[in-house]
Amino acid sequence: MTAFILRRLLGTLPIVLIVGIITFFLVQLSPGDPAMFYVSADAPPQEIERVRTQLGLDQPVIQRFGFWLGEVLQGNLGISFHQNRPVLTGFLDALPVTLWLAFFSLVIALVVGIPVGLLSALRPNGLVDKFSTVFALIGMSMPNFWLGMLLVLLFAITLGVMPAQGYDPTSFWTGFRSLLLPAITLGYSQAALVARMTRSSMLEVMRQDYVQTARAKGLRTPVVLGKHAFGNALNPIVTVIGLAIGSLAAGSAVVEVVFNLPGIGRLVVDSVMRRDYPMIQGILLLTAGMIIVINLLTDLLYAIIDPRIRYD
Amino acid sequence: MTGPEAMSRLAGSRAWASFAWIAPLNGRILFGGGLVLLIVFIAAAAPLLATHDPLRVQMSMRLMPPSADNWLGTDNNGRDIYSRIVHGARVSVVVGMAVVILTTVIGTFIGLVSGYFRRLDGPLMRFMDALMSFPSILLAIAIVAALGASIQNVVIALTVSFIPHTARVVRGKVLSVREETFVESARAIGLGDWLIIKRYILPNVMAPLMVQATFILALAIIAEAGLSYIGAGTPPPQPSWGNILSDGRAYLHNAWWMTTFPGLFIMISVLGLNIMGDGLRDKLDPRMEAGR
Repeated sequence: MTAFILRRLLGTLPIVLIVGIITFFLVQLSPGDPAMFYVSADAPPQEIERVRTQLGLDQPVIQRFGFWLGEVLQGNLGISFHQNRPVLTGFLDALPVTLWLAFFSLVIALVVGIPVGLLSALRPNGLVDKFSTVFALIGMSMPNFWLGMLLVLLFAITLGVMPAQGYDPTSFWTGFRSLLLPAITLGYSQAALVARMTRSSMLEVMRQDYVQTARAKGLRTPVVLGKHAFGNALNPIVTVIGLAIGSLAAGSAVVEVVFNLPGIGRLVVDSVMRRDYPMIQGILLLTAGMIIVINLLTDLLYAIIDPRIRYD
Repeated sequence: MTGPEAMSRLAGSRAWASFAWIAPLNGRILFGGGLVLLIVFIAAAAPLLATHDPLRVQMSMRLMPPSADNWLGTDNNGRDIYSRIVHGARVSVVVGMAVVILTTVIGTFIGLVSGYFRRLDGPLMRFMDALMSFPSILLAIAIVAALGASIQNVVIALTVSFIPHTARVVRGKVLSVREETFVESARAIGLGDWLIIKRYILPNVMAPLMVQATFILALAIIAEAGLSYIGAGTPPPQPSWGNILSDGRAYLHNAWWMTTFPGLFIMISVLGLNIMGDGLRDKLDPRMEAGR
């Protein structure tokens, strides 16, 4: 197991390096002179030249990449043009909102998705199954930001029971209230995904001999399902959950804009509008890093829940 | 033509023939495909279908609810929403098709090369893994940010974000096909690598590729709308479903029609594609998992 973890860690090193290369050179593509962001529009050429030297912009690009990489490895992601403070600080300030949002969405996805998937698998083509199929299809076809706007239209504007936008962190309860509609918005399509995965995985497992044996022994259905089937059906479900966390942790950009939540997603959008390249670069790098870690953890979780998997 | 060569050519054409799938279309392909065709028709015939000039600002007509003259109401600049949606379909269809074609061609090439030539597999797949580590919408936003907001750059951004997914699917299929005996025998009679790829590997990759392309088209339409919604897509005043929705956000409390209708069109197109994709998957490869 330790050997596997080590090998898996080593395997991610090249990916992390390539992620760094992509991030660095992507921002190099942008037009304009970054030095212009630090000086006023009517600055004399000598002033611009001084800033360019100061920023190392007069160096060859490879050298700048090496320098940037060295700084990044020391945890220095640069200074945000707009916020005028370290990128990392800006990122960490926005992170909790996004993580809470991801957490609530995931809870919704699991609490709705797993039972619906189980019920559908119990009676394929039954009423629950048919309803959940349609529900899932709609969930996967609706752009989540549109769903969010419709929820605001219904619950905040027409019924007036929920805040339309913004994040109120005064207490857990107010925070929860401001994140509820966004979490439903994001959780819906994930719930659909989890339900479909649970269903197909359960159907697969329920055909296996050991489930037949358990039934033949006269065990009650809940025991057969809970103990013999569900445990073995977990693996693909964990994959979907891993993917869901990844896409929730960083993919909520547009939904954060809909609900005006001060998370990572809105930070990216704001940074794009203000051409705050160090911030964009930092967010790309950090979210990619988060996803790499999540993938790693998902892989390790497989080994724990499924002893049949051997990594040697 | 020598004996084995003729045999292999025969087997090759048979592999392509087995892909002459359409034969009995199932209901889902017809229904989903019908919805997709409807949207493509709307996009193609937009100037004929539109009742107003989609760009004409008329402040006296602003925020009018749906009526006999303005079927789906007007927006904050008094522009006809129906005409804007109909013209917006063009952006969705053009961007979607361009992204699918580019993604499929480039992704297939990378997948074939990576799966067939083992030496290139490591580096190519690490690069794909790295691209996949970025959440695709964030990567697309960053690319548009670097290149500037335009329809062309949206296509580039989405293509780059989606390529790894297609490359992965193709590579996976190639890895299993290249172990088949017919590939081995083709190699044994001395066929070149690219000929083997063209005649034996590619036809067998087509089925999952078709399914993948349908879903990529759906994703591209949603992503284009999302990018336009946050202002990193189709630049106004040109209408796109995403930027009509974006305009509607500020008027959610007094003009529900600005939000409801463009979203409905996005949903219908994506629903059509998803249903068609599911149908295609069952038709082309029954072993593939039904629950995505």
